Amino acid sequence: MKAPREPLFLARRGYRRRRIMDAARILPYFGLFLFMLPVLRGGHASSIAVSAIYLFGVWFGLILAAFVLSGRLKRIDPEDDG
Amino acid sequence: MLSLHLLLAVCLLYVGLLFLVAWAAEKRASRGQAGWLRSPAVYTLSLSIYCTAWTFYGAVGYAARSGLEFMTIYLGPTLVMVGWWGVVRKLVRIGRSQRITSIADLVSSRYGKSNLLGALVTVLAVLGSTPYIALQLQSVTLSVSVFAAEEPGFMRAPETSGSALWVAAGLTLFTIVFGTRKLDVNERHHGIVTAIALEAVVKLVALLAVGVFVVWGVAGGVAPMFDMIDTSRLAEWQVRPSRWIGYTLLAGVAFLTLPRMFQVLVVENPDERHLATASWAFPLYLMAMSLFVLPIAVAGLAVMPAGSNPDLFVLTVPLAQGREGLALLAFLGGFSSATSMVIVAAIALATMVSNNIVLPIWLSTRSGGGVRSGDVREVVLASRRLSIGAVLALGYAYYRVTGGGEALAAIGLISFVGVAQVAPALVGGVFWRGATRIGAVAGLLAGFLVWVYTLFLPSFGEGVLIPAVMLAEGPWGIGWLRPRALFGIEGLDPVVHAMFWSLSINICLFLAGSILTFPKPLERLQGATFVNVFRHAAEPRGWSGGSAEAEDLLMMAQRILGSAEAQALFSREVARQGRVGFLPDPTPAFLERLERELAGSVGAATAHAMLGQIIGGSSVSVEDLMRVADETAQIMEYSAQLEAKSSELERTARQLRDANEKLTALSHQKDAFLSQISHELRTPMTSIRAFSEILRDGAELGEADRLRYTGVIHDEAVRLTRLLDDLLDLSVLENGQVMLNVADTTLRRVIDRAVSAAGLEAGRVRLRRDLASEAVAIRTDPDRLAQVFINVLSNAAKYCEAPRPELAVHVRSGQGQVTVDFIDNGRGIPREAQNLIFEKFSRLTDQRAAGGAGLGLAICREIMANLGGDIAYLPGQGGAAFRVTLATARAQAAE
Repeated sequence: MKAPREPLFLARRGYRRRRIMDAARILPYFGLFLFMLPVLRGGHASSIAVSAIYLFGVWFGLILAAFVLSGRLKRIDPEDDG
Repeated sequence: MLSLHLLLAVCLLYVGLLFLVAWAAEKRASRGQAGWLRSPAVYTLSLSIYCTAWTFYGAVGYAARSGLEFMTIYLGPTLVMVGWWGVVRKLVRIGRSQRITSIADLVSSRYGKSNLLGALVTVLAVLGSTPYIALQLQSVTLSVSVFAAEEPGFMRAPETSGSALWVAAGLTLFTIVFGTRKLDVNERHHGIVTAIALEAVVKLVALLAVGVFVVWGVAGGVAPMFDMIDTSRLAEWQVRPSRWIGYTLLAGVAFLTLPRMFQVLVVENPDERHLATASWAFPLYLMAMSLFVLPIAVAGLAVMPAGSNPDLFVLTVPLAQGREGLALLAFLGGFSSATSMVIVAAIALATMVSNNIVLPIWLSTRSGGGVRSGDVREVVLASRRLSIGAVLALGYAYYRVTGGGEALAAIGLISFVGVAQVAPALVGGVFWRGATRIGAVAGLLAGFLVWVYTLFLPSFGEGVLIPAVMLAEGPWGIGWLRPRALFGIEGLDPVVHAMFWSLSINICLFLAGSILTFPKPLERLQGATFVNVFRHAAEPRGWSGGSAEAEDLLMMAQRILGSAEAQALFSREVARQGRVGFLPDPTPAFLERLERELAGSVGAATAHAMLGQIIGGSSVSVEDLMRVADETAQIMEYSAQLEAKSSELERTARQLRDANEKLTALSHQKDAFLSQISHELRTPMTSIRAFSEILRDGAELGEADRLRYTGVIHDEAVRLTRLLDDLLDLSVLENGQVMLNVADTTLRRVIDRAVSAAGLEAGRVRLRRDLASEAVAIRTDPDRLAQVFINVLSNAAKYCEAPRPELAVHVRSGQGQVTVDFIDNGRGIPREAQNLIFEKFSRLTDQRAAGGAGLGLAICREIMANLGGDIAYLPGQGGAAFRVTLATARAQAAE
């Protein structure tokens, strides 16, 4: 009989919280990367409608991600962050 | 046909509605029911002033010319807001903790509260925003002319340019009325923020309505709309990489550095947590604003005759389809975009001009002049009002000079590049402790000059401000100095070219200047405070204090904040220190708080300079620097903390000593009084005895002598009785056994009575009263209150040594209580005696001329305590000043 596995991290919540902060800091760079992708396609003119759908899709995805992240960040006490 | 009359009427109604909304919001907030006015939704909507008339009308025009490129203007701010946790949150935290009033103030404060940097950023901001304001006026004029063109004979197109003037005048009025009511940044402009939130809704609804009409009304559904897009001439659109990347970054940077955006994002932010909502809601707003831009542009290109102005498609497409109501809504949307931007820009710029340019000049020209309570405040408010007018006049002048011919988008981008020059100093200062003032000045100046040379001057057109030959061949024929091809880089878009060079040179000089120079102590302190704003729970203190007199500080605070606010601030501090009275100890913590409070009104640089004049000498101590120093110095900091603790103990000991001295003084006075009272009782007794013996024994006295002697006996008996009455009165009052005859009356009636009873009407003291303010209903014992006033008034008549004695009576009512200040122009009461005058048996002078036995003020205090009020000595008013506080009738009724 094996003992149930112990969690390696005791301060699991604090750890998770700091990673969420990391994600919030990275998010705009990720968005910039996706928004800049059409530049790479450069020469090949694709339909403007397709480009528009792509850009609006990324835009909406970013908004959703920001919504989820900010909902969790809001609960963090403003006094203990860094 | 939609008549121009109707258009103007709708416009006026709309502006009237804005006034009403702003007024109602102010009123609500002043009653302390800010509630939803401070909600995240209103905050997010107020950010929408980013979408000006340029984006409302111009985005469609931009799309018609350059396809999807218009999106870059929205993508930049989206990325900034989505990444709020990194940059925006830090700016907001700094703005709140340092009570920042504008972006110029933040930069100046970060680099050692430098006036030079504040002024520099202000000039840059004014220059960068003027074209932008001109652009808004132009958009309103253009949109009116669309309707005018439909109605021949009513108004020729050139005449409609008069509408720009009217718009400018109306906006000035609105902004002055609602933008300069308060000085303190932490009292927000609720009226304006609410009005622009309403405008945000109007412009979004208008653009969405036009979009829905275009997709379902013109194209006939989503799928046909896509077909229409694919068959339009925009279908062949290609990304131009340099512009795509450059504009996205530029818009993101400008979003942070535009003065008006800084105003709503940081200065008007009511709660840091609202950023969490705005981080997704504002990008959502931007996305909604741009969702239908491409369809409207495509539809405009399809249905409008060739050559029509694509910047006006939002208006002309519905008009051409006979949808006049929709066109009217679109017009209101554009009007909203223009007005809300101009209002906030004018406030932001006026704050910067008054705090960073006008005030320093005014203060330096009148060193040593007379000071008066509230004088600085009046100058700031007046200069803010004038600046609002001046900023709008400048915008109008620019509009008239350039004639407003260019495509809308061009002007907006020129402004963006201009204000983006602040970004290296701003972002660098917030994240890098090594950034110095010299570096910031060098970078800003260089970037600014490059911007003027490569973009701003050429923007007026070839040959207007820059000769055409210079554009083509460079100054003095030096090819690599050509404004549009600096260092031989050709073929770039002019905006991208100017942005690249101005920001590159700006950043290089900023970094080099910062690395090579050495910051002053205050700069290092501020740098550490800003960069570590999240880490420092205990803010570092800039003042070592000591030499400042609290009374001088109060006088200065009254100049800036006005008497009432300054006294309230000092009273709060006194309460915080656990003491009584009006003057707190000038501890370093208090000085720091006071400076920040003042900075909220006049900016960091001025507040620091004014405080420095009083405290004198260097403000940064070694301990302060150590507190913010690197980790290796943390142990030294610990010992410094111990030292601070011990000095705090010393201070406490001093306070105890003070208290002890007061008690000892009192007990001495008590002894002195006992002997005095015996003396006072004995003197009349002796003369009564002596004269009555004469009367008893001297049968041969004449009638005249007998009368005289009985008169003396009578007078002495009266004096004796009065003394005993006073003592009795005092003991009754102290034991709370007094009977009060409470009645309804007005303050004015009581003061009138006291003035005539104290014999001031005919006396040598000139009385200054404001009868209107005295018409306060009170419910009290009029006789007792009059007794207090009589005592204070006759004291002034007796003791005021001024050659032409004056006594001013100030009445101020509010929050259920009314305060009456009696201020004379004499020498006042010395500091060490202020604590004692209300004690029983105390007398400042030993002259018996004063008459009483030193019971008058003690009785006054007891009366006021019985009436549920208070009387106190008010320091820092020039002469002796007493403040009587009592509850108003309404407050008592509510209890």
